[in-house]
Amino acid sequence: MSASTNVGTPSVAAPRRGTAGMIRLAVGKLAVGIVAILLLVFILGPMVWMGLDAFARRWKSPSLLPQTWTMHWWHTVLGGTQLGHSLRLSFEFALVATLASCVICLPAAYAFGRSTFLGRKTILLGLFATNAFPKMGLFTSIATLFYAMHLMTTALGVIIIQLLGTVVTMTWIPAAAFAAVSPSLIEAARDAGGGPIRVFFQITMRLAAPGIIVAVILSFLACFDEAQGTYLVGSPKYVTMPTQMYSLVENYPDQAAAVFALVLTVPSVLLLLAVRRHVMGGHLAEGFQLK
Amino acid sequence: MTPVRSDAETTPGLELAGISKVLGGRVIVEKMELTVAPGELICLLGPSGCGKTTTLRMIGGFLSPESGSVRIGGKDYTTSPPEKRPTAMVFQNYALWPHMSVAGNIGFGLKVRKMKRTQIRERVDWALDLVKLGHHRDSMPARISGGEQQRVALARALVLEPQVLLMDEPLSNLDAKLRIQVREDIRAIQRRLGITTVLVTHDQDEALSVADRIAVMNDGRIEQNASPATLYARPRTAFVAGFIGAMNTIEAAPVAGGAPLADGSVLPVEHFSSHDGDTIGIRPEEIIIDTATGHGAAATVDRTIPRGHYREVVLKAGGTTLRAFTDASPEPDDRVSVRVRTALVYRDGALQTDSAQPAPSDVTTGSTARPER
Repeated sequence: MSASTNVGTPSVAAPRRGTAGMIRLAVGKLAVGIVAILLLVFILGPMVWMGLDAFARRWKSPSLLPQTWTMHWWHTVLGGTQLGHSLRLSFEFALVATLASCVICLPAAYAFGRSTFLGRKTILLGLFATNAFPKMGLFTSIATLFYAMHLMTTALGVIIIQLLGTVVTMTWIPAAAFAAVSPSLIEAARDAGGGPIRVFFQITMRLAAPGIIVAVILSFLACFDEAQGTYLVGSPKYVTMPTQMYSLVENYPDQAAAVFALVLTVPSVLLLLAVRRHVMGGHLAEGFQLK
Repeated sequence: MTPVRSDAETTPGLELAGISKVLGGRVIVEKMELTVAPGELICLLGPSGCGKTTTLRMIGGFLSPESGSVRIGGKDYTTSPPEKRPTAMVFQNYALWPHMSVAGNIGFGLKVRKMKRTQIRERVDWALDLVKLGHHRDSMPARISGGEQQRVALARALVLEPQVLLMDEPLSNLDAKLRIQVREDIRAIQRRLGITTVLVTHDQDEALSVADRIAVMNDGRIEQNASPATLYARPRTAFVAGFIGAMNTIEAAPVAGGAPLADGSVLPVEHFSSHDGDTIGIRPEEIIIDTATGHGAAATVDRTIPRGHYREVVLKAGGTTLRAFTDASPEPDDRVSVRVRTALVYRDGALQTDSAQPAPSDVTTGSTARPER
């Protein structure tokens, strides 16, 4: 918009644009602005609505704000449901599933990242297969298998189903991180007298750590928020926070679900903030400016 | 200057006996023999793909040879992994660990050796002093300049007191001015510590200025292994002659009185290394330009290129283009006469010598292309 004030006073630094150019610039800026606002409404709008709904007693259209406010639903959700229990269960399952995923996927990631072998590309792409089909269809066929293996409504069954969703993240991101460690850095450490195991932990793992941490946190969040599979395999014995949502939506007014959704967001947001501070903060990234 | 070279008296610092390496179905190094005396600095010089880096990696233990053996100080290390070898490598890209400080990088190998903390500190300080980087002790590698990174890499190698120092194109990532300074530093430190060193380079200037001996490599073989002066004065093969310094090549056999030019006239040559061959090589500084005509083959000055304390002159003589180095300052289109002091004669790429012939004139005197060390 500031460009329009320049008309008639051409400066040396910025040569005068034609009128057509000015209009094009203004239209472009306007378009970008509109898109930005639309995106903001699209992303934040539902969350604002949900936040307001959590405190509403009566909220009828066309009014923009609830007519009457209340903390009633918060008391219902925090007191009436087994929130503490399901929260703990969610954390436990997510933690165990993520650790198991590390044990299974990180060695595979190392192999994908640091060596070439026959069928490497095919296997890497094959890992995507779990994401290519509708989740529910996949889970129902898994359920048949689980019944046969007596894994239904067992903790192990829930952990396996959550782990399946993390395989792609835990393989692809660490594989890229391992591949990015320059071979000469590893050779230099061997040259200085480090044995293969020491060099792996002090150089290779250390330099791939940012990528691995990102993968671990993304996997943990995926496990923590996993609802469909956990509901199918775990309920009614193992009720995690996301599966509790299902019964809340069915049995309570939508205000209660809004409260629960907000509560469910908290751990995810906290974890994402942690990632931002430790991984994207630049301290680790700085090290990679070396050629 | 040159350390003891007699193999009978001392065990060689490094000995490669018939090592070969095949990579991807291609023979990279073929039955290579190389002996390096203790304290000697040898350059492996050659065009890219000649096998020089592969050889270095076999000495360091990053590749294992298909055949032959690697002996260091008389001990066989052919199958040892890098961490078990008394070698230390300076990598082309320096390979400093980005998550460790300068001191951390240098001290890593000492920590691995379970040295005491105070002792590590002492050794790291010694190494930092050696490369004059005491002020960057706690800097991160990404924060210091390329030349400084290079010196950290050198300190990291030297702090381990290796029996053999390996350097893979250590100067290729530095700008031209810094390169000359750093190579002098490397040479000074290497001499002070008396450490057996193998330096890989494709830059003949670098090799000529730092090496005690140069092994010129081509196609996985050593073409010639000699001191810089010998290499320059008596290149054993046409490949070496073309790779080290400038050389005028006339593809013809010597005739009575000199070398035949394109139009059949004769360029007078005082000494031929042999009278039997198919190619004549003439160093630019062996050509004498006489401003008076009649003292040799008639020639016309085509172009002169100032090279600092001497000039490079491009001449046309009898239809052949010759390059000469001179202290005089002829102008383009001047008519001059040229003759040659010494010419080298090759047959099938190999230097021919008649035993009765006198040695070629000393190249370190007169207007040579090579600055004296």
